[in-house]
Amino acid sequence: MVSQGTKLAVKAEAVVKNFGETAVLRGLNLELPTGEVTVLLGTNGAGKSTFLRILAMLTKVDSGDISMLGNDIAKHGPTVRSLTGSILHSPMLYGDMSVRENLMFFADLYRLKNVEDLIATITVKVGIEPRLDHRVRTLSHGFQKRVALARALMHAPQLLLLDEPESGLDSRSVARLDQIIDEYRSQGRTVIMTTHIVEHALEIADRAVVLTNGNVGLISTNTAQDKAEIIAAYSSPDESDEGGY
Amino acid sequence: MDSLSIIWAIGRKDLLLEIRNKDVVVAVAGFALLVLVVFTFAIDLNQDNAKLVGPGVLWAGIAFAGVTGLNRAFALEVEGDTLEALMLAPISRDLIYLGKALGNFLFIVIAQIIVIPVFAVLFNLVVFRWEMLAIALLTTIGFSAVGTLFAAMSVRVRAREVMLPILFLPVVTPLLMAAVESTSHMVYGRSWSDMAQWLQLAVAFDVAFVVVSAFIFQHILED
Repeated sequence: MVSQGTKLAVKAEAVVKNFGETAVLRGLNLELPTGEVTVLLGTNGAGKSTFLRILAMLTKVDSGDISMLGNDIAKHGPTVRSLTGSILHSPMLYGDMSVRENLMFFADLYRLKNVEDLIATITVKVGIEPRLDHRVRTLSHGFQKRVALARALMHAPQLLLLDEPESGLDSRSVARLDQIIDEYRSQGRTVIMTTHIVEHALEIADRAVVLTNGNVGLISTNTAQDKAEIIAAYSSPDESDEGGY
Repeated sequence: MDSLSIIWAIGRKDLLLEIRNKDVVVAVAGFALLVLVVFTFAIDLNQDNAKLVGPGVLWAGIAFAGVTGLNRAFALEVEGDTLEALMLAPISRDLIYLGKALGNFLFIVIAQIIVIPVFAVLFNLVVFRWEMLAIALLTTIGFSAVGTLFAAMSVRVRAREVMLPILFLPVVTPLLMAAVESTSHMVYGRSWSDMAQWLQLAVAFDVAFVVVSAFIFQHILED
């Protein structure tokens, strides 16, 4: 657990989530501090993506409490969402709108000012500026992922939620993503990500959390030293291994 | 003011996508025109018959066609997972509902701009009157309010094409009655006061369903 007095990015208490008769999260307790990069690991069905969707407020918990950056997510939804940027499995973009139109639309929803300048800056950062006026439908999956990243970063969130962000990205884009994650950490912001590329994740993360059977199986704050132990925990069979959660 | 700009942003986005795809307006207008044409062949359209059955044919056509369009409008958000992108934004869920309802309202209005003149020609009735504008607007607000809610509810169901009409049509029956009756009064050349009770019913329906649907919508979005 996190030492007392540390500001928490996420505090989850006794979180339970079932899909029908399948128990995905079974009373999960977890505290994650601000200013760190945390990687959530686990086999398919361990509950990583479900937990991230709960933090993104797309999925409701069956029971339990979650607060993010000091706000109870059940009571302060819009406030928490204004502090959070998310990239989940799908890029979640309008295919028949251009990159610029997509970003301008989401900027409106986030009530951002100086949108043109903001889009110019953010698209350079994620490397999509040459395709700004292309329709999203015509872009490769990797490019669409980068547009999704631009959308997630546009409002400079305090907390970034990334669900397997490297999937579909080429090595240059992954390096660019690592750079953004590093930058976030150095600014005292928080990143929580899931991945199946464990070795790479352990290089960039400050903290690794291995989910097993819908609960926390292992937490390591020294990912370099605990690498072997984390990989062993990650690779252990999961009785809830049914995929897709 | 801030909320209005969010609602407008969502409605404008839907309109932009519709201008590019023409999915919804073509479906609604096409279906409604088909209904009108079929009835012109099925009924002996002398002046008496046209006044008698015309209003019913018009609004039944628009209601059935509306179901087709409403289904499509929400399905597009789910297919691209963009509904979740809206849910990630720091806005209350009822603004998403109102934005989507605004988009649907605009689609049905555009379809009516095509359908109502054709109805006037086929049935040889004078409909370009302020009364018709009021009836069309009130009815479309109600259709959009109920349709947006039920489209959201049925969009994740496998048989959504069947589910939406089953949910939508019984609920909008009072509104449909109000639209048909007040259009009837209009084509017979009666005054505003004759149709007042039906217009009041439409207003009450709209207010009730916009408020209730916005509230319910928040609870149906999340898993």
